[in-house]
Amino acid sequence: MSEMVGRLFNWVNDRLPVANTFERHLSKHPVPSKVNFWYLFGALASVVLIIQIVSGIWLIMPYSNTEEEAFASIEYIMRDVDYGWVIRYMHTTGASMFFAVVYLHMFRGLLYGSYQKPKELVWIFGCTIYLAMMAEGFLGYVLPYGQMSYWGAQVIISLFGAIPYIGESLELWIRGDYYISGITVSRFFALHVVALPLVLIALVFLHLVALHEVGAGNPEGVDIEEHLDEDGVPLDSVPFFPYKVLNALVGIGVFMTVFAIIMFFFPEGGGYFIEMANFEEANPLVTPEHIAPVWYYSPYYAMLRAVPDKLGGLIVMGSAVAILFVVPWLDKSKVASIRYKGIYSKVALAMFGISFITLGYLGTVGVTEVRKTMSVICTIIYFAFFLLMPIYTKYEKTLEVPKRL
Amino acid sequence: MQEKDNTRRKVLIGLTSAVGLSGIPFAATPFIAAWNPSAKAKAAGASVKLDVSKMQYGQQIQVAWRKQPVFIIRHTQESLQNIDAALPKLADPNSDQIEEPYKGMNPTRSKSSEYTVIAGVCTHLGCSPKYHPEVEPKPWDASWAGGFFCPCHGSMFDMVGRVYKGVPAPTNLPVPPHFFKGSILTIGEDGGTA
Repeated sequence: MSEMVGRLFNWVNDRLPVANTFERHLSKHPVPSKVNFWYLFGALASVVLIIQIVSGIWLIMPYSNTEEEAFASIEYIMRDVDYGWVIRYMHTTGASMFFAVVYLHMFRGLLYGSYQKPKELVWIFGCTIYLAMMAEGFLGYVLPYGQMSYWGAQVIISLFGAIPYIGESLELWIRGDYYISGITVSRFFALHVVALPLVLIALVFLHLVALHEVGAGNPEGVDIEEHLDEDGVPLDSVPFFPYKVLNALVGIGVFMTVFAIIMFFFPEGGGYFIEMANFEEANPLVTPEHIAPVWYYSPYYAMLRAVPDKLGGLIVMGSAVAILFVVPWLDKSKVASIRYKGIYSKVALAMFGISFITLGYLGTVGVTEVRKTMSVICTIIYFAFFLLMPIYTKYEKTLEVPKRL
Repeated sequence: MQEKDNTRRKVLIGLTSAVGLSGIPFAATPFIAAWNPSAKAKAAGASVKLDVSKMQYGQQIQVAWRKQPVFIIRHTQESLQNIDAALPKLADPNSDQIEEPYKGMNPTRSKSSEYTVIAGVCTHLGCSPKYHPEVEPKPWDASWAGGFFCPCHGSMFDMVGRVYKGVPAPTNLPVPPHFFKGSILTIGEDGGTA
């Protein structure tokens, strides 16, 4: 019997590089032997991606993408489909958790210089994934056709109207109607369930291929390729499989516990994961008193509101995301990790983190004079972190990086 | 000999690539055009009619045209006299920055000297501004002269939808095409010469 299995395996392996790929990317793929919990979020992001794809496929089945039925079909999923509520809350919780782990993953990148040469492309693919996720999340939020779906989309689509000359016709073209109608919902549906997932999966593939080409980093910023054993394997490395896989499983277990607690007990996340206004059907004639985005967009929304000019707001918001892409060329430091960088980098990163979280809070609450001033200050800190990076990373005193991990 | 062959090859590659690339706009046309409003959507976006003679003085009503709110205001004598009360605070009092369909016809900006007809969609990010006709201090403006206030991002407009300076909204609320026939107001059509 086992001989037959072996022969079958050989037959396949002669025609498909199974053993080869397994060795190259898993059982013999060297990864740094010492990393910390910050290195877990990439794995968690791929777990959430799978959750989103599976729960998403199951949601497509009972969902209806018409103006008349979209909202009712969500209620139908929640009330009449067996376990429909679990599947929907899995998807909504998944959306928030996706952003949570990706934000932590990106912060890890800034913390340990995971974008530095030769990992520029890994970082750029990552930023593109983040951009695609923002689009995916926005499109998905419109599908239930609740009040916040409608008015959130109204605000976002109006942003395109700020583009000179073509703005207004672009808005009409995106909506395909004079308001956000069933036509808009059904095209957003197609993009949300087919087009963008394909893009996301392709980008994740490229992100990983590029990562495997240049090798994973570590919190010390040590180049493990410098010290190899006689077989050419880095001395400070372990094979990805089984060591890192089993290690990640522990983290995934903890994460799934948190995920399940949110999904079962706090799926609305106090109005931050699913906003209360979205439990009411879209009404194009009545604007909700308070329009706020879901928490993962709110820092950018706060920046948008900080600028008293429509086009200016759009430019600031777009630049805030665009600037991430060039970080590999802004950091002039000789060392990668924050552990060996100087005091300026540490202070800058801390201030950046605080201002981003503050903006996140400000984006979810109403505007007052004080909050507007705070938004302006935090927006300036956000941009200063990036724009001054070439200066403070170049002229600060760094520590000696150890030779070995 | 080798050189010559390469030149021919390069020219042919260039030509075939150019012909191939020129097909891209043609192939893209149906995909882009399919996102335009369909004939059905256009038909549903045709005009609406209503009788405005039953409106109270000072009343504001909202009708849906293309499912977007359109505000109709029947001004009181007092508000017509004070129509320029907020003039120094306005960014574009003569609507020079937008396409104003009935410019210079009436201070109300409409085809009627008594009614104002404006799109009830904030020119900032599309929220629906709220009607506050009272002339009294407001949290957003201590010397409020009546008008519209957008609760989303705090844009202010006067009684005929002209935008204030220093607010996020860039332009005045636009006036949709309309005409009056007796007391019947039609929104969405110009009615030819007024």
